Amino acid sequence: MKDLKIKNIIEVKKETNAVKTFLFDYSEKVIPGQFFMIWIPDVDEIPMSVSYINKDAIGITFRKVGDATKSLFDLEEGDKIGLRGPYGNGFNISGKKILFVGGGTGIAMMAPAVEEATRKNISSTVIIGVKNKSELFFENRLKKSGAKIYISTDDGSKGCKGFASDLAKEIIGKEKFTSVLTCGPEIMMKKLLDICKNIELQASLERYMKCSIGLCGQCCIGEGLRVCKEGPVFDGKTLKNVEDFGIYKRDASGRKVRF
Amino acid sequence: MDEDAGSMKRIINCGAGAVVTKSIGVKAREGYANPTIVELECGILNAMGLPNPGIDEFGEEIKKLKSLNAPIIGSIFGSNSKEFVELGKKMQNYGANALELNMSCPHAKGYGIEIGSDSNLVKEITAQIKASVDIPVFVKLSSNISNLVEIAKAAESGGADGIVAINTIKAMKINLELRAPVLSNKIGGYSGKAIKPIGVRCVYEIAENVDIPIIGVGGITTGEDAIEYIMAGASAVQIGTGIYYRDVDVFKNICDEMQDWMKKHNVKKISEFIGAAHK
Repeated sequence: MKDLKIKNIIEVKKETNAVKTFLFDYSEKVIPGQFFMIWIPDVDEIPMSVSYINKDAIGITFRKVGDATKSLFDLEEGDKIGLRGPYGNGFNISGKKILFVGGGTGIAMMAPAVEEATRKNISSTVIIGVKNKSELFFENRLKKSGAKIYISTDDGSKGCKGFASDLAKEIIGKEKFTSVLTCGPEIMMKKLLDICKNIELQASLERYMKCSIGLCGQCCIGEGLRVCKEGPVFDGKTLKNVEDFGIYKRDASGRKVRF
Repeated sequence: MDEDAGSMKRIINCGAGAVVTKSIGVKAREGYANPTIVELECGILNAMGLPNPGIDEFGEEIKKLKSLNAPIIGSIFGSNSKEFVELGKKMQNYGANALELNMSCPHAKGYGIEIGSDSNLVKEITAQIKASVDIPVFVKLSSNISNLVEIAKAAESGGADGIVAINTIKAMKINLELRAPVLSNKIGGYSGKAIKPIGVRCVYEIAENVDIPIIGVGGITTGEDAIEYIMAGASAVQIGTGIYYRDVDVFKNICDEMQDWMKKHNVKKISEFIGAAHK
């Protein structure tokens, strides 16, 4: 059983105009890729993968997109939120050489995975894909970890012009990787699945979640795979048999919404 | 689970003999805002708020399950007999093998228990559905009422083919730091290990008073729990929160444990001990 814990926000960092990081005291074990249910009292409770795993603190990094994240964005140091978790499986970080591909805010939850890989002396290359340079964050943090960084922007305002998946295809064509780890728009991850062929892929999926403990079925994909329980990280072999991957997700009522 | 074809297929593959769908209504409903669930020491508290995609969209999920060799019980909820009849007919057309009328959800205004505590309404709705469909109709009841036996009798006299008991029990969790209820709906339904003795009592009381079969549900996590319900008078059992305690293998595990118990006690058929506790 995972108790609901009420935590004070101990530090707020503004990453971009629309992206913030909150840190909380936390010293139990968390695997990169795992998530917490973040309760914003009187507003909502939403799943968020951790973006910082420090010795005595964890962090979440989020973009204001909906009502919940907009309310969250307005919170300040000292404000209280609820945490339950960690839930889900997290990434399996092993092998000789890993390519990390983070699309948009997806890079937030990839960052602790990159840091763990470099700590394990795994050669790490990171692609950060964003719409334009004003949306870029964590570049310096990841450089500092020792990873090799590539940037792609849709408008060419920084790095390569184009999609992260195209850049990944180019890099995979030149270098040999043991695995590709990714988080971002599902259409991008689906393209990566096609590009990866024989390279092992691990993709972190996002679905509307309610219970987060494998009971309600809200986040199921394929044949009853619960993103909150068997996921949120799935390997390429599994995803090849998930007919909804990259095609549709379900809204709060369970209706299909195409990507 | 059981909101989509894929998850129902998985549950069947994990050893369940049948699946009950999420409760489906006439129109799509998002349900309540999160938090909709809290893990507690002896059970799970939830107030989902009957989220569902609406009967028309849900049809696709049922149709996908036709190849499965297991009965699909379509759970439906409505605010009056007209809605229940419309839902029941559609479920039957999609291929559901039986219907479960949700007259017991403890936390949705205008639905569930608000209907299931009125014996006239229960009888009327059950009778109208029975007149409109050919598949068996079960009525799921709540323990949150003082006239449980009266309601079970009303369902029986309306022509129900079986009673399902019990739904979750009204409960609340307050967070001390925030001095506020955790669930967005404040009140939710309690399920899991804590409620098993209440469910067993309800099944026992219903069995004393009606002649139609009973499906027992509430806090079943082991084979012995299922056997206890059967001895109280149930002919079958449902499992939901058991998945939380033992994951999806819970279905196969419970079947195995029941067989072990039966072997040990030299019992050949489940029918030999249905209602055995009634002397």
